[in-house]
Order: sequence, then structure tokens, then C-alpha cells
Amino acid sequence: MPSTPALICSDLKVTFGDTPVLRGLTFEAPAGEVTALLGPNGAGKTTAMRVLTGLIPATSGTVTTLGMSAGHPDALARIGLMPQATGAWSGVRARELLRYLASLYAHPQSVEALAERIGIDLASSTPYRRLSGGQQQAVNLAGALVGRPDLVLLDEPTAGMDPHARRRTWALIRDLADAGVAVVLTTHAMDEAADLADHVWIMDAGRIAIDGTVADLTAESSLEDVFLAHTTEAP
Amino acid sequence: MSLDLSPRPGVAPRGDRILQHARLEASLLLRNGEQLLLALVIPIGLLVAGMLAGDGFGMGRQVFPASVIALALWSTSFTSLAINTGFERRNGVLERLAATPLTRADLVAGKALATAAIALGQVAIIAAVAVALGWRPVLDAGQSALAVLAAAFALICFAGFALALAGRLRAEATLAVANLIYILVAAGGALVIPLDRYPDVLRLPLLLLPAGALGETLRAAAEGRFTPFLVMILAAWSAVALFVARKAFRWTS
Repeated sequence: MPSTPALICSDLKVTFGDTPVLRGLTFEAPAGEVTALLGPNGAGKTTAMRVLTGLIPATSGTVTTLGMSAGHPDALARIGLMPQATGAWSGVRARELLRYLASLYAHPQSVEALAERIGIDLASSTPYRRLSGGQQQAVNLAGALVGRPDLVLLDEPTAGMDPHARRRTWALIRDLADAGVAVVLTTHAMDEAADLADHVWIMDAGRIAIDGTVADLTAESSLEDVFLAHTTEAP
Repeated sequence: MSLDLSPRPGVAPRGDRILQHARLEASLLLRNGEQLLLALVIPIGLLVAGMLAGDGFGMGRQVFPASVIALALWSTSFTSLAINTGFERRNGVLERLAATPLTRADLVAGKALATAAIALGQVAIIAAVAVALGWRPVLDAGQSALAVLAAAFALICFAGFALALAGRLRAEATLAVANLIYILVAAGGALVIPLDRYPDVLRLPLLLLPAGALGETLRAAAEGRFTPFLVMILAAWSAVALFVARKAFRWTS
């Protein structure tokens, strides 16, 4: 396993106008592990994801992705991103979108094999906007993985999925980490974090409130109790 | 089918990325009924009505198709592009594409290529229909080259302002504003209606604006007149629009 984590986020601060959103966020994600970023609504998880991909500049602090600064084109080409909301043209078909994304890479994943594993019907001509929430999530997940990335950022990957799809996605995420990919996921689902994560970072109001392995954090109480004890309810 | 999940990142050649992006954007646009209405149905409907009415609604059969071509270029490079990009921002498409080998420059080049390809198709179809309906423009290599240059600068200019609009407003606001500007410019920007039909006081300002400069250049070319000054106006506007787009555009909503 490489000694340097795939992702290092150090004392990251982001302010929108006068409103601080990230207030010194520090966490890291090694290759071959699933890193979970937990936090209540408004904790800054999605903003953190956007900073990691260079979409939002940090006010201060440093982010290193795959040894490069956040937003570096060489790093972005090695990252797979599954955004929280949509992330596709409304009229595009799943097959069309995945083949397009695959065409951007030199060694893409087989779209057919990926679709079969995730449970996407490539023969369907249904446009993205008419897919169910769970089906849209499945397409977004496939889009994040089609380039065979080193680092995968999954923003609430199973939101809207039924239990079958959720379990299938969990197994895939575990297999990704076992294959050497650094996986970072944000979630509200405590069972998801408990089941999948090698390391959990709990965010509150833009910074890490507590972190550790699931075993460490749950030595005396459930992960949900730890979460509730260290976070504040969103206003 | 087996799936090897081990990392193996690598980027496709830049030309392929741009071409694939342009192909997808063009194909999505051509499948969108509202965009097709703007790109072809309205211009061709106007052309057929004007030519069948006899004299292009009083503009003359030689210049009227040139006005329709100007309208089509305007709708594709400004209105359609602004609306599509606005919804791409709202739907997180641009955010999604940020973490791929498609760089921002690739994305802009892909959009430009898609817009240019659609514009070329529009001009070919409209010109063919116009010729079938009796259009006989003056064909001169120099004037045609000047018209093509003017159209290219106009496309860059309109696209720059479209991206600036879409990069600042919400998608719904972009939709409303882009459609409103489309109608205002089409009706009163000297894009479709020749400059000599406007009051004297408006002629110079309209001529110095990009829509008026494009309309007048294309009409002049159809009549065999040479207007390099208007091409310079369009070149200057295209530089301004690119600067504004670069400053104003935001990738996330």
C-alpha cells in the first residue's frame, strides 16, 4: 500500500461571502480503503467534494489529490466523481452517457460489464430525466467508475436506491477498495458507514468533530449515538 | 462479464475528447424539440412564408434569405447555447465533467464545434430551401469569404454572451432572459429587418451592435456589396464577449 494517502485535506477553510462553510477541515483517504465522511445537512460535505475537484477554491488550507493540488488536470483525469444531484443531461440515455464518458479515457471500463454489475439496462431508450432516483444514482455511479480511477468520490451514493440496489452498490464499493482504489463517500446512513468504511470522519459545522475506525468509534455506543453526540442539528 | 476494478487511469487524445463531446452535444440538441424549433422550424417557416409572399415581407427576395440565415445563427449560438448551458449547470453536468479528462478548454472547444456544426447545417438547409424558392444571391468569392468570417466572429460573440448569461443566472431565469433577448434582437436589432427600415437615430447604434453588423454583412454579401468595416466590428465584439464570458462564467449553480 502506498505510504502517501491518495487524498490529504489539511486545515481547509471555505467562506461564501461572510459565511464560513468549511472551518479547518482536515482528513485523509488512503488507497485501498473506504473513507466515510459523515455529517448532518449543512455540515459542508458537498462543498468539500467541490473543493477536492477544484470547482470551488479554498479560502485557505491545502488539498492534495493523488500527489497534486486540487483541480490539477492530471489529478482530475484519475478521479471518479459521483455528484450528489443528477450530473447528467436531462435528455441523455444511460448507454449514450456512459459510452461518451468512456470515450474520454484511454483504458475505460467495459460499459457493458459495468452496467451489468450495477444493474443498468443499456437497451433502454428512456432519457435520464425519466429514470427513477435509484436508476439515476446507478448511472451516476457507473459514470464515476468508467475511467478506472485511482480515487473515487461518492457524494451520498445510495440515496434513493432500493435495498437490493443498495446492497449491490455496497458490494461494489467494497470490491473497489479491495482492488486498490481510494474510495471517499459522504453519507447520512449510519448503517452504510458502519458496514463499509475502514475509517469514519464525522463532520460538524465545517470541521471534523471526531474520527476513527468503526470499531474504535463504536466501542461504547452505536455509530448513530456517536454521530448525535458530536454533531449539531441543521437549522 | 468480468469486471476488473483495479485502477488504470489514462486520458484519450485531446482531439477525440473534443470530437466526442461535440457529437454528444449536437445530438442532444437535435433531439430537443424546443431547440429544433428555434434552429430550423422558425427560420424555415419564416423563409417559406416570406418567399411565397413574393418579396420577403418587403425586404426583397435577394436579401430576405440572408436575414433568415442571420436569425438562425443568432438562435443557435445565443439562445440555444445559453439555455442548454444553463440547464447543464443546474443539472450538475459541468460539475460531473469537472472530474474527467475533459478539461475546461476541451469543453469550450467541444461546445464551439457542436455549435459551428449545427450552424453550418442550418445555413446549408436554409440556403438550399431559399434557392429552391428562387433565391439568387450574388456569388463572389471575396464577399462570400467575408460573410463566412463575419458569421464566425458573430458565432463567437453570441456564444460568449450566452455563456456569460448562463454562467450567472439560474437555469429558469436564463431560459426566460435568453428567449426575451432573442425576440427583442430578432424584432428590433437590425438582425432580420434591414437597417434602412429603422429611424435615422437608431441606425448607427444598431450597426455598431453585433446583431446589426451580422445582419447587414450577410445582406450586403447577398447583394454583392463589400463591408469589411462590419467584420471588424464583429471581431471586436467577439473579443469583448470572450472576455466577459471568461470573467462571468461559473461552473456550479
